[in-house]
Amino acid sequence: MLLLMMVAITGLSGSGFSSVASAAGQTVAPQISSVDSDVPTDESISSLLPAPKPERSDYPKIGVSSRSLVWVIAQMHLFFGALVLAVPIFVLVIELIGFTTKDDRYDDMAHEFMKISLTAYAITALFGGALTLSLFMLYPDLMNYLTTRVFGPQMLVYAALFFLESLLLYVYYYGWYALRYGNRKWIHLSLGLLLNAVGTTLLVIANSWTTFMMAPSGIDAAGAVVGNIWDVMRGPLWNPLNLHRFIANVAFGGAVVGAYAAFKFLCAKTAAEKAHYDWMGYTSNFIAILAFLPLPFAGYWLMAEIYAYSQQMGILAMGGILAWLFVIQAVLICTILFAGNYYLWSGMARTEGGQRYRWLIKYIAAVLVLGFLVWVAPHNIIFTADEIARLGGSNHPVLGPLGIMPAKNIAVFLMLIFTFLSFQIYRRADKVITVSWEGWANALMVAIYIVASVNVIFAGVYYGYFTNTVYKVGSSVMQVGSTLVVIVSGVVIDTFLFKGAKTLPVSWGKISGRSQYALFALPVAFTWLMALMGYVRSSLRTHWHVYAVMKDNSADNFIPTLQHVGNMVTFVTVLFLIFLLFIFWVANLSGVKQVPALGSGSRTAAQGAA
Amino acid sequence: MNVLIRTLGFSLALMLIFTAVTYVLPQMKGEAPEDTAVDVAALTMDSFISLGEDLFLGKGACALCHNILDRAPDLLALNVVDTSLVRIGDPLYQGEAVNAADYLRESMLDPNIFVVSGYGKKGSNDTESPMPVADRPPSQLSNVEIDAIIAFLQAKDGNPVTVSLPEQTPAALVAADEITEPAKPMLAKNAEEVIAKYACAACHTVLESESESAIGPSLIDVGKRLTIDQIRDSVIAPNAVIVEGYPPVMPDISETMVVKELELIVRFLAEQTGDQP
Repeated sequence: MLLLMMVAITGLSGSGFSSVASAAGQTVAPQISSVDSDVPTDESISSLLPAPKPERSDYPKIGVSSRSLVWVIAQMHLFFGALVLAVPIFVLVIELIGFTTKDDRYDDMAHEFMKISLTAYAITALFGGALTLSLFMLYPDLMNYLTTRVFGPQMLVYAALFFLESLLLYVYYYGWYALRYGNRKWIHLSLGLLLNAVGTTLLVIANSWTTFMMAPSGIDAAGAVVGNIWDVMRGPLWNPLNLHRFIANVAFGGAVVGAYAAFKFLCAKTAAEKAHYDWMGYTSNFIAILAFLPLPFAGYWLMAEIYAYSQQMGILAMGGILAWLFVIQAVLICTILFAGNYYLWSGMARTEGGQRYRWLIKYIAAVLVLGFLVWVAPHNIIFTADEIARLGGSNHPVLGPLGIMPAKNIAVFLMLIFTFLSFQIYRRADKVITVSWEGWANALMVAIYIVASVNVIFAGVYYGYFTNTVYKVGSSVMQVGSTLVVIVSGVVIDTFLFKGAKTLPVSWGKISGRSQYALFALPVAFTWLMALMGYVRSSLRTHWHVYAVMKDNSADNFIPTLQHVGNMVTFVTVLFLIFLLFIFWVANLSGVKQVPALGSGSRTAAQGAA
Repeated sequence: MNVLIRTLGFSLALMLIFTAVTYVLPQMKGEAPEDTAVDVAALTMDSFISLGEDLFLGKGACALCHNILDRAPDLLALNVVDTSLVRIGDPLYQGEAVNAADYLRESMLDPNIFVVSGYGKKGSNDTESPMPVADRPPSQLSNVEIDAIIAFLQAKDGNPVTVSLPEQTPAALVAADEITEPAKPMLAKNAEEVIAKYACAACHTVLESESESAIGPSLIDVGKRLTIDQIRDSVIAPNAVIVEGYPPVMPDISETMVVKELELIVRFLAEQTGDQP
């Protein structure tokens, strides 16, 4: 259908007047080989066509807001797309662990995760089709420009890869038990690798459409295509977005399957079932939090590139009308951190060794709460004249400095460092370390935590409050470095410490029911956050379809109020949740077998054969 | 069913909390800037200054960076005229402005000419400005609008306004992004029709019988002064090279002129050597 539409649109746009596209400084001279030639070639004219300039009347009216409709459909497609692309990534890793450790539990769990992904795949495709249709119907000029002039055959490559992805997904899932052991397992693992390679390629291709609209490349200032498809794709934001979405998808996928495990745990009737789904929930949470920890770094890179591309765009996000959304982002990320930490603390009850570290929990909780309070503190709010007079200015004299980015950076990085501490003590809970140098290693680890925390605070305070704006952004590099040093050194030191360590028995299933709600809080907050930040990223284009090239003259070319954004994001998250419950139900249904009633006359295959 | 209701209820409650946060925060709506045609005939200096202020805060998005947060020099706090003269006297200044109005215009059209210390792009050692060029997207201000902002910046501190009210030249009447294609594009058949269609004679002297215009250079002998490629470039990018003594006011017609018309006018002008009887 996409192909047919593209062909149809190409045909419609084949005639008409050509224009000489230019803009000061980036002139595109008409490609005429000789002045004696009166009529330039079609190819040269086509390459010079500027981006269309649709008027308000060129946008079809359907009685409801076109943007809202596309918003909901696109977000649903993105949610399910993220899930479908992410799950096979960690499924492959779990499958490989199962294969190398020869532990079938891993293999079974990986297969169960894939069952969710497979059901979600069909829904992804349905929303993808609906999105394509709605975009072509509601934004014909934009889609005509993007599909026929800018990306052209690349979209056909995308469609072809989609078919390949489908093929590989079905063979990977349905071939699971046929290719389970011995050398056949290598074939299955290779299929999984191929599936992920194709899936990731699909992701980066789709990302190029998004980043082209935000920071166009390969075209001149009027929108005429002057480069090849590679020039168009590799805009300044492409790789930062690729990395950010890849990591975020894994965290999101882990959180969603964690909710599935929690749901099954709460419904479980037997201790064996509880143990299985507790373990599954733990693994999912591990994946989600592990992927979540580096996410802010990828986010920083993306935002730094946005600033480098256009300071106006960067300031619009961080200091302009969209900046308030980052207060909501703080609430959401803190929800994720609270839930992730709480689940880890609850999980320490599974083993007796957890008692040794319980005293640390209250300090970690204190850092998280203080971090949250700093993060949500606004820089200034709307006061009455009387309030400003009583306050002595538009900022609070003491709390005012907490409202700006350096304070929030300190809060975020300390929260990440202490979340890693939760993770580290959880991992140590079931271990009795036997190496002689344990004391030295612990002293080193404590020193690393202290130095990193001090460095995060110093960099934030010094560069944030005593230098100008340019250096404020630079301070985050030191903070990122400090946080990464803690994470990497923590993993390395523990790896050596655990050599020869005695492992205490872990009672899977021995965890409170309350802790399972943390596994629900994670995907709810992740989903809401994804929708919110996707909206922020998209809104940075303001009233442009393609930033600074093709204006959005539709009736929806304004930035809506926060309430409207909140309503839209909640609506689409509820919708996703409903579809997700349907997927869980279907995944569950596939394991249910009806037992024939006594005397019904039904015979089993064995009976028949006999 | 019990688990389903409890988990669903928990999830919905959490979402309601998130939604509630959006309700307690300030509600702002960001409208797209409107391209309003400037009625040059009705402009007074006061309304021109007022237009400049609106553009500074609105369409031009100047206040996004030029504010108290120190992302760029706070133009509302500084006496811009005095500061401009200091900048012109700076040994690092390499522009051609000799007064505040020229300096401000130059800063808007070529922000890299002089970057105030500490405000350059990161890593550029203050040689590259993060400021977008004012007459290009996304701001896309016209010459009239740029002058209006200069007038506002001069007037806000009580300095005399030295920019003149715009005259009704073709360039002054349209914003940079308001050049629209004709409703029914009629292709000019010869050079004379191209000249008539694009009103070239409004600013240029094209025929010897016409009196010489002060707005644009005479084209009677342009074929002697410029090569055919230079003529073509001048039509496509009129402000790339400005003949000394003439204002950069020629409108960008590159998006409305079709290739055939371009070749007709270029070949016609290339033949204008001033030697004809």
